[in-house]
Amino acid sequence: MVDRLLGRRPVAGPVAPEDAKAEMWNRVQLARNLRRPRTLDLLAEMADEIIEIHGDRAFGDDAAMACGFARIDGHRVVFIGQQKGADTDENVRRNFGMPHPEGYRKAMRAMDLAERFGLPVVTFVDVPGAHPGPESEERGIAEAIARSIGLMTRLRTPIVSVITGEGGSGGAIAIAVGDVVIALENAVYAVISPEGCAAILWRSSDEAATAALAMRMSADDQQALGVVDQVVAEPGEGAHADHAETARRLRTVIVAELDRLERIPTDELLAARYERYRAFGAYTETAAPPMTPPPNRGLADRVRDLLDPTRWLTGTSTTGTPRRDDPTAPEEA
Amino acid sequence: MPIKLPSFRPRKDAYPADLWTKCPSCSEMLFNKQLDKSDRVCPTCGHHFRLSAEARIALLVDDRSFVEVDAGLQSVDALGFVDQKPYPDRLAAAQLATGMRDAAVRGTATIDGHRVSLCVMDFAFMGGSMGAVVGEKVTRAAEQALMERLPLIIVSASGGARMQEGTLALMQLAKTCAALERLRAAGVPYISIMSDPTTGGVFASYAVLGDINIAEPNALIGFAGARVAAGTIAQELPPGFQRSEFLFEHGFVDRVVARRSLRGEIADLLRYLVPGEQRPAADNGRSLFDPIGFLTSLADRVVPDLPAPEEAPARPTEPADDVPAARAADREATRG
Ligand SMILES: [Zn+2]
Repeated sequence: MVDRLLGRRPVAGPVAPEDAKAEMWNRVQLARNLRRPRTLDLLAEMADEIIEIHGDRAFGDDAAMACGFARIDGHRVVFIGQQKGADTDENVRRNFGMPHPEGYRKAMRAMDLAERFGLPVVTFVDVPGAHPGPESEERGIAEAIARSIGLMTRLRTPIVSVITGEGGSGGAIAIAVGDVVIALENAVYAVISPEGCAAILWRSSDEAATAALAMRMSADDQQALGVVDQVVAEPGEGAHADHAETARRLRTVIVAELDRLERIPTDELLAARYERYRAFGAYTETAAPPMTPPPNRGLADRVRDLLDPTRWLTGTSTTGTPRRDDPTAPEEA
Repeated sequence: MPIKLPSFRPRKDAYPADLWTKCPSCSEMLFNKQLDKSDRVCPTCGHHFRLSAEARIALLVDDRSFVEVDAGLQSVDALGFVDQKPYPDRLAAAQLATGMRDAAVRGTATIDGHRVSLCVMDFAFMGGSMGAVVGEKVTRAAEQALMERLPLIIVSASGGARMQEGTLALMQLAKTCAALERLRAAGVPYISIMSDPTTGGVFASYAVLGDINIAEPNALIGFAGARVAAGTIAQELPPGFQRSEFLFEHGFVDRVVARRSLRGEIADLLRYLVPGEQRPAADNGRSLFDPIGFLTSLADRVVPDLPAPEEAPARPTEPADDVPAARAADREATRG
């Protein structure tokens, strides 16, 4: 509804596959645009005050993750967001917006402050992926991400998450577990980068646009899947063209959501948040015999087997179809 | 180092693939039946081969104690995902090849008499990737553990989230972590066992969050692919990078445990983690005597152990060309 209020253009009709691919790729490029407004740019436009906090109290301060306090339309909030740079120098300093474990641990500190001092959390997600280097692994990037996700699922204060640019996999969801998830029109969200997906499933990074389309990573698609609740239209040619207007539109939606969420009793809020994530994933459920018979079955089972040799069919008919330790095409991200 | 004379060695395809497996670590040719008997651990060098969920369960739990639940869960192609093959075709092929519906099996069992909620992954099913079914089974295993206050045991073997399910697969990270947080708050123990490989979104969610993290020796455990990691620093990776021992050294794994000791270690840990374990029955006002269980166990003991009516089905065979670690790591280069 807010989308329409903000003059969001109507969804186009069916398009040819090549056009769809080109349009998707255009969005990926817009999401990665160097002049796209970053977390601190958006906050500078929408907040009356920003006070950054620094450091994870264990290792250091991560410039790729900005955290602190801000006042938005009278709401005192804790903000958390990845921060890319505006130029090469800043990008080097901020590691192209790819946080190390200490970035996620700083974010957890900020969440903890929010909970203890009764402030809602607003997160801004714009990350190609968490930093993948050896030092990141040594300091436990997976652990930091998992803990951050876990903390958000139980944090006793409202959380509004905004996908502003690239929603890159685990590095994104680590700060994107919200009561409500908003996306800018040209933001993208995916389980793996389109280049990575193409390299694995198409064995060619040239197919990145094809992979982007297959993963349905646009904000509209994510809304259709229920991963994103609201899409906010970007002004003109995209958010990079008008930072102030982009921030103004986002602020309207964020403030409306904060007003709504702050009225919900905390226990209800947390139950709803649990259910929001509990419901994700499409599967069917059929009555099926267990996969595997116990290795040494009891007498009754053996008698039943004798009477009905098909009983364990689903589990044990693998004879003659050798299992492979290594599937021909890995499916994982 | 001995000189390698490849042309003098018998070629691997000279062996029938269903009878022999070449150890990727010491190159020894191993008779499959012998390998199965040793729980798929190389008798020469101790290399741990990957284990099917079925074999893993047999290895970990008390005989006849595993009761599978949620066997009928099956993924739906919510995205209409097509790469070089449509996703439903990939699912069907994996189901045909493995006899499983998806990459995880869950249920309850006892380990040394302790009743547990158990979920075991199988890498053979689409690289053990986590989509809706794996996420759902892990979550239900945690929810059942919470409801019945059973220790939760999850054995991971996965390349990460399943790309074909897009962000819905990514959301499984939040779904599983949310369930584990509830378990944690309720004081129900969770032991995570990481086998080769445990990477990407599975490592960065439930696998790393155990109250106790156990890894099998030399298992590949990491967030991002080794090639990506190497690319970001443009230099050699440290030796043993992303292996169990590396994780142990950096404080993310409590114990590196050889397969043959795994069950005993879990049982030992459960004696500390299960509340009220040492208290007499009167303490919680309930009798610990379980008449049905007692009669069942009595019946099991008095019924003579008849030979099985049919030969046990042949175990799935190991391909002769088990992928060397480096290559396996390489092709998983884009995780995270
Ligand atoms: Zn060996």
